[in-house]
Amino acid sequence: MGKTIIPIGPYHPLQEEPEFFTLTVEGETVVDIDVRIGYNHRGIEKLSEMKTFENSTFVVERICGICSTSHPYAYTRAVEDIFPMEVSMRSKYIRTIIAEGERIHSHLLWLGLAGHFLGYNTVYMWAWKLREEILDVMEILSGNRNNYAMFKPGGVRRDINAEDIPICIKKIDSILPTLNMLKKAVLDDPVLHARLKGVGVLSYQDAIDFSALGPTSRASGVARDVRKDSPYGAYQEMEWDMIVTKNGDVFDKAVVRILEMFETAKIMKYCLNNLPDGEIDAKIKDIPPGEGIGHIEAPRGETFHYVKSDGTNRPMRHKVRAPTFMNFPTYKATVKGQTISDATIILAAIDPCYCCTERIAVKDVKGRMLYDGQDLIRLSREKTEKMKQRMGVR
Amino acid sequence: MTFVYLLVFGFAATAVLGLITSWIDRKVTARVQYRVGPPFLQPFIDIVKLLGKETVIPEGASKVTFLIAPVIGISGVIAVATLFWVNQFFSEGFVGDWIVAIYLLAIPSLSIILGGFASRNPLASLGSSREMKLVIAYELPFILAALVPVIAAGGSIRLSDIINAQAGGVFAGNISGILALIVAIMCVQAKLALVPFDIPEAETEIVGGALLEYSGPGLAIFRLMKNMLFFTLPFFLIILFFGGLRLNGINILWTILEYVGIVAIITVIRNTNPRVRIDQAVRFFWGPMTLLAVAAVVLALKGL
Repeated sequence: MGKTIIPIGPYHPLQEEPEFFTLTVEGETVVDIDVRIGYNHRGIEKLSEMKTFENSTFVVERICGICSTSHPYAYTRAVEDIFPMEVSMRSKYIRTIIAEGERIHSHLLWLGLAGHFLGYNTVYMWAWKLREEILDVMEILSGNRNNYAMFKPGGVRRDINAEDIPICIKKIDSILPTLNMLKKAVLDDPVLHARLKGVGVLSYQDAIDFSALGPTSRASGVARDVRKDSPYGAYQEMEWDMIVTKNGDVFDKAVVRILEMFETAKIMKYCLNNLPDGEIDAKIKDIPPGEGIGHIEAPRGETFHYVKSDGTNRPMRHKVRAPTFMNFPTYKATVKGQTISDATIILAAIDPCYCCTERIAVKDVKGRMLYDGQDLIRLSREKTEKMKQRMGVR
Repeated sequence: MTFVYLLVFGFAATAVLGLITSWIDRKVTARVQYRVGPPFLQPFIDIVKLLGKETVIPEGASKVTFLIAPVIGISGVIAVATLFWVNQFFSEGFVGDWIVAIYLLAIPSLSIILGGFASRNPLASLGSSREMKLVIAYELPFILAALVPVIAAGGSIRLSDIINAQAGGVFAGNISGILALIVAIMCVQAKLALVPFDIPEAETEIVGGALLEYSGPGLAIFRLMKNMLFFTLPFFLIILFFGGLRLNGINILWTILEYVGIVAIITVIRNTNPRVRIDQAVRFFWGPMTLLAVAAVVLALKGL
């Protein structure tokens, strides 16, 4: 049977963001895949180096509209890591509430999109309708539906009013019954079982080899969650479960995300009920020279920020690594041998967020691509080899 | 006179009723999904708007086939709709029109396959090949299901005989009739390419499939063809299992209820299921659906 090239992208109804996949297919079976990224590069890291430490928070907030808490959270933790300082308990709680609110709305968004990719538009509409309630909660707490602008190095910018708390808890409680119904509709549907089980399996070993993160790895049995492994914020203050499943297929990834939403609602409610008193801002004056790292569990996995300071009021170097960057290569392992019908949902199952991922692409003046991510990895490997030879290391 | 039948009933009445059906479908879908839904005239406006748009013929496409495919499709629907209307209200039809109807109902699918392959787009070709597999999958159970009323009507393959045989009691009242009706509704779902069998045009997988390259009047005709099918196929089911449209006295209400009921079932199925894979669809139609249809035929032969 002849091989056909099926293009997905750069603009495709499946994707909200420009990205280009070339699927080589035999009949309906995918035999190979080639990925081109770099359509969305905005030079955030360089921009951040031109801003002050305070202002960089807002720049990284705009890396992605969906993970608009993860990046500032990881960034502020990186800045706070540069020198010894303590963030007040109240601001830790507020940060946790905002981060978990983002997780629940991000997972609902994913659930809706996954339904849409499967042609199940009812789930799509219902999930996004539920998401509205959570966005309302976020609006009450922060004043914004997305891009909350709550974070600053040393604390948070906005306090939570005591009279808002009961309203928020009521709203969270109000979505739980519908969420439960949606959970049953998705997890007990025989057609969905037939469609998703055993599809796009990421084995335990592959998850380790590709360094998969977040729900993608937890669905493959790798119990990896920054909130448990290296607790930050208020996560060690209450009891909650890390959801881990074994099969690694698309169905299990959905299960992990759906069950995680209930844990998240639990954490949010605990934090709102037990919000301690205190200051919300440590009022940092100067940031001494040094370097710091910050990592937090974003909805899609671990977000990692590195900040280096030279004693001025700007970061000297700021490095961002988004979870999709690590999850993305697993696509190659999961999609081979599957059909085209499943290729899209397998890609969607890692919950890709390209605008977070895109960091570098080198083009010449005519706009032709010279290097992309893979070429740069190759270059860096060659460079390391050369250095090893020169230094006599084997 | 034939011309009047074709134009007034086959085309105009079918198109209007089909567009209204498509509006009902869209409105119910929207209400199920917490949306408001389109205004009543939206399906008409869509078609009129598309008719005014530019026709783009892709490079390397087979021009004549590409342009003639929608015309072939809509001709098939008009012919079969005329056959049903005439049988229903004007004449006794002719011996064997049941077979003609089955053949004509396959023409829209063939026209989609033709158009997809003619447009020379890899995704459209994929859509066409999926449509082809789907046709092979659902035709067998569909014909078996449509055979049940023939057997129940004493072996006559004339539609008017089938309608007259149900004057005393509709076939959907028998066990065999109900089984066949279930099978037929699933096949209609696939014929209309609605979820869970919208595999040939899966928007998020192959970007609209066979109709991908169509624009302007060509797309308008295909859309109109689909909307007309949305009326014609339930009409066929009503003829086969509910004794046709009965417009005397209280029966008008029953007819409307039967029609809206069939459309509602199709809409509910389409809103409570994800899309299946093509291999799963083929297995579904050749496995459980064919078995069910064979069981219905056997029961019908036993007179149940």
